Formats: sequence, structure tokens, C-alpha cells
Amino acid sequence: MKRNTWQEYQKEVADDNYYYLRSCIRQNFFPGSEKAFVKIIRDELGRNIFDDPAHTSCTGIGYHSDIVLHETIMTVVARQFSLMQDAGLENAAVSCITSFGIYTEVLETWREFPEVEERIRENLYKATGREFYKPRNLAHTSDIIFHHREAIRDRAKYLLVNRRTGEPLRGVEHIGCHYAKIFPKEGIGGVEFPYVLAGMIEAWGGTVVDYPERRHCCGFGFRNYLVQANRGYSIGNSQKKLESMAPYKPDFILTNCPGCGMFLDKWQYTIAEIEGTTYGEDGKGIPVLTYEELAGLVLGYDPWELGLQMHQVDVEPLLNKMGIEYDPAAKYLMPNGKYIGRPAQAAVNMGVE
Amino acid sequence: MGKYYDMLMEDVRMREGMKACMNCGVCTAVCPAAEFYNYDPRQIVSTVQTKDDDAIETLLRSETIWYCGECMSCRPRCPRGNTPGYVIQALRTLSQKLGFFVESEKGRQQLALKRIIGGNILRTGYCLTPRLINPDMHQEQGPVWKWIYDNDKDVYSRFNPTYMQEGPGAMRRIDDKSMAELTRIFEVTGCMDFFDSIEESSDRKARELGFDGANDEYMMYTYTVNSGNHN
Repeated sequence: MKRNTWQEYQKEVADDNYYYLRSCIRQNFFPGSEKAFVKIIRDELGRNIFDDPAHTSCTGIGYHSDIVLHETIMTVVARQFSLMQDAGLENAAVSCITSFGIYTEVLETWREFPEVEERIRENLYKATGREFYKPRNLAHTSDIIFHHREAIRDRAKYLLVNRRTGEPLRGVEHIGCHYAKIFPKEGIGGVEFPYVLAGMIEAWGGTVVDYPERRHCCGFGFRNYLVQANRGYSIGNSQKKLESMAPYKPDFILTNCPGCGMFLDKWQYTIAEIEGTTYGEDGKGIPVLTYEELAGLVLGYDPWELGLQMHQVDVEPLLNKMGIEYDPAAKYLMPNGKYIGRPAQAAVNMGVE
Repeated sequence: MGKYYDMLMEDVRMREGMKACMNCGVCTAVCPAAEFYNYDPRQIVSTVQTKDDDAIETLLRSETIWYCGECMSCRPRCPRGNTPGYVIQALRTLSQKLGFFVESEKGRQQLALKRIIGGNILRTGYCLTPRLINPDMHQEQGPVWKWIYDNDKDVYSRFNPTYMQEGPGAMRRIDDKSMAELTRIFEVTGCMDFFDSIEESSDRKARELGFDGANDEYMMYTYTVNSGNHN
């Protein structure tokens, strides 16, 4: 039964020729991840990817804060498709889980209500003179890394194996609500047995740790974080997940959605400051990584070129377990060695030694 | 009876999200907002499907429709294929169109969201940009974010030489033609009028509450004040 259910939720992922749609949150908090994604696809795997400066936000955070109308976001999405058409591409590669949920929802809405699609075509033409075709393939960028996971393994410089003990490192994964809860068939493994991140961890030598609140929301809740008065909701839900996973002693948290990654990183800091509680080993936090960062580490990219110094929770415990060679003193320096100061020390961030 | 229900059903998300609720409560059981707030999505769907105008108007003026985090955890769990999160989205849109949102503390926060997120979209083409996330308003972001914020050009340029300039890459400046197209989409699809109506309703309410209109002081009031009456 379990095996059959997972088999049902396989999706086609394009092998080449991607139109890249960047994410507001990933660009803000993990710009090194988006840089690494393009590098992996283009330089490591030799695939074609177009990074179009003309695309905008999908406006999804505004939509899920209920200030951007449904009609508006559907027309913004139609413009992105029009840009993809201009580029002569058909495979949309979406860097954000919120955006991915929106693109899937818009396409499904148009399939179910063709009159809505016609109206959006009229809106777009009236607003911009543009026309569009729909993507042949729509994938989240984690789907694409998953699709190429064995090729990445073939080029691996480091594996998710404890260099000292030889044991697989233990990862917990968080796929993000909008990846598969809205349209389960659009996610690898669906909503019941999501495998997109677990498949990467296993392919790269690690093991996936299950825990009771594995599928609970990270706590973003859009207006529940964006408005200062509501942030108790956000930290409360993240805390529930962290409390649930901590007894299983994960070596790292792997996230699909850039928002989830940011919250599980930043709320560890806040909880440590408010309550003195930390969830990792030796009073430290649990390192939180994006899948691009994890792929980059496996491929031997420099941690600071991946942007791991932009995390609030120190990642060094994971780097050390993997046996990665890096320069601890270069963490907060610019590539030319320029010193621009360093962050104040915190319970989950000790800064450079 | 049914006026508000009919208005709601003009929203395609209602047709997709509400078929026939049997009040099993699975949505409430899995709901992160229901754990945190005094909130029950089952009751909301149950109320809407009565089609009772008085009951729906009470909802549209209430705190409760603003608690949902739109995570959509309810969607795959409903045995009848309903999506309470879609019903919430439709209720929130209608509440703002009718000006009822200002009658609740949580609803009044829409002004802050419109100005902060909506304003940033129209200014930059992004929902979020680094300069928007001021550490003074986001202490939870921690000292590493403050270091990034204080040195944003150095830090981001490491990952994209065209940070805040035209060209491809992370946090690039989006060109004027693309911004003009985005703005025109907001005009054509009614979102500019929607923004104006949020401002007008907020201004009316601000004066009623003793502010000198929906000025920055009022916006900060909606953004920061929590009466503590929600749990």
C-alpha cells in the first residue's frame, strides 16, 4: 500500500532547457543558493538555463497576505509565461515553494475554469500587449536537483557521512506546505510520502530521520509573520517542530522552501535568546540548509561562496562532520579579504574563532 | 438571505474550495492556526454554507477570518474535497472590498500589509528586498542579518555583481519597462482600486479611533498592537 502510493506520485521533470524563475525570499536570504543552482545546472551538468532579468516577483507573498487580488496574480503569472515564450523555452524552473504552489494553482484553475484563462489572456493583452503559452513542464528547482541527484553524486567530493565514525549523517527534511499540500500530484512522493529532499539525502550518503511533526507547517503563516503583532504564531509553530525533532538528534535540517529555511534558522536564535533553549549538540543550534547549499557542499564548493555565513545558526558542526576543508577565519571576509566587521555573537552563532 | 453568499460565490476559489462540509473537523485538527488562536475553520465553513447574511456579515467583520496562515494543510485532509483556506481567502477579499476589515484588530493590519508588501511590489518588483527588512523592526532576524543589512552592497555583490543594478542575478534592479508592465497589470486587474479602498476604509476607521487619518502613526498601531484577546 505504502509503496504503491509513492509510485503514484511520480512527476515528469524536464531534463534540460529551463526558464529560471527566482524567488523573493531565496534571493534575499540565500542569494548564494540561487547562484549555486545556476552553476550546478549550467557548469556541472552542462544544461541550458535562462536567467531572465525581466521577470518579477510572482507577488505570492502579497497574494497570501490577501492584498494582491486573485485576478492580479494570475495575470502576473501569465506575464512570466509570456517572457518564457519570448525566450523560446517551455520548462519553467521555479525557485520558491510559494510561487510553485501559485503556478500549479493557476494552471489548475485555468484547466478547470477555461473562462478564467480567457479573461486572464485578455487582461494581459490589455495591460502589456503580450500573449503567452503555458509551460510544457513546471518544476520546483528542488525537483530538478532531485532529477539530477545521481549525476551530482557521481561528481561528489564530500558525502553525507560522518568523517570520524563512517556513519551516515542524520538529516530531517521539511518540504514546505505549498509544495504538495495544495496539489499532491505535483510533488515527488505527494503529500503522504514526499521524497524530493529525502531522495537527495539518501543519494548523497545520508539517512533521513522521521519525527512526529515532520509535516507540520514551519509557521510562516504569511500575515502571521509579516505583521509584528502576530509573530507569536510563527515562532510557536517553529518551536513545535524543533521540540519534536530535537530528541532524534539530527545533524542538519534540509528545507525545500526558502521561507521555511529562514524561519527554522532564525527562530532557533530567537528561542535561544528568549528561553535559553538550543536544539543541537553542545548547546549549539541545528544547522539549516537549502538543497542547493547541500548539493554545493557535496560538490566541494566553498561554504562561504555558497553563502553559509548568512545563516544565523552556525553551520560549522556539519562542515566538520563531513570533513569539508574550509577556512574558518574567512567566514565574514569578502573574497578579496576585505574586512567589513562581523556579526555580534549569539548563543547559536559563535562567529569566527 | 444569501446576498453575501452569492458575492462569495463569484470568487472562483469558493467554487473550488467549498462543496459540502459535513462538519467532521479534520481541518481544525490539522490547522496550525487552530493550535495557536481561538480559531475553528470547521465552524467558518459551516457558517458560510448556511448562506445566512447576518452570520456571514458577522464573519466578515470578525477577528476570526484573519487568523488563518494560508498554509493549506486543510486541503489534502478534507474527505469532501473542500479547502477551508480558499474559503478564508474569499472571505478576506470580500471583507476588504466591503470595508468590513477595519472592524477587527487583525483585519486592520491589512493597511500595513498593503503599504509594506504592496508598496514594495510596485516600487521594486519584489515582495521583499533586503532594505525592507530593517533590524529594528525584525529583532528576530538576529545579529547576522544586522551585519548583512549594514553591509548589504558588499555581501550581496559577492553573489551577484549586479545587485540593485540592471542585469540578471539575485536582487537585481528590475528594468523600467518590466516595472511599467507590472504596474499596468495591477491597474487593469483592479488591484490599484483595491489598494485605494483599503486606504479609504482605513482612513475612516483611523479617524473614528482618534487618529489624524491613516497616517504612519496609525499604520504602526495596526502593525504592532496586540490586544492579547486572540488565544
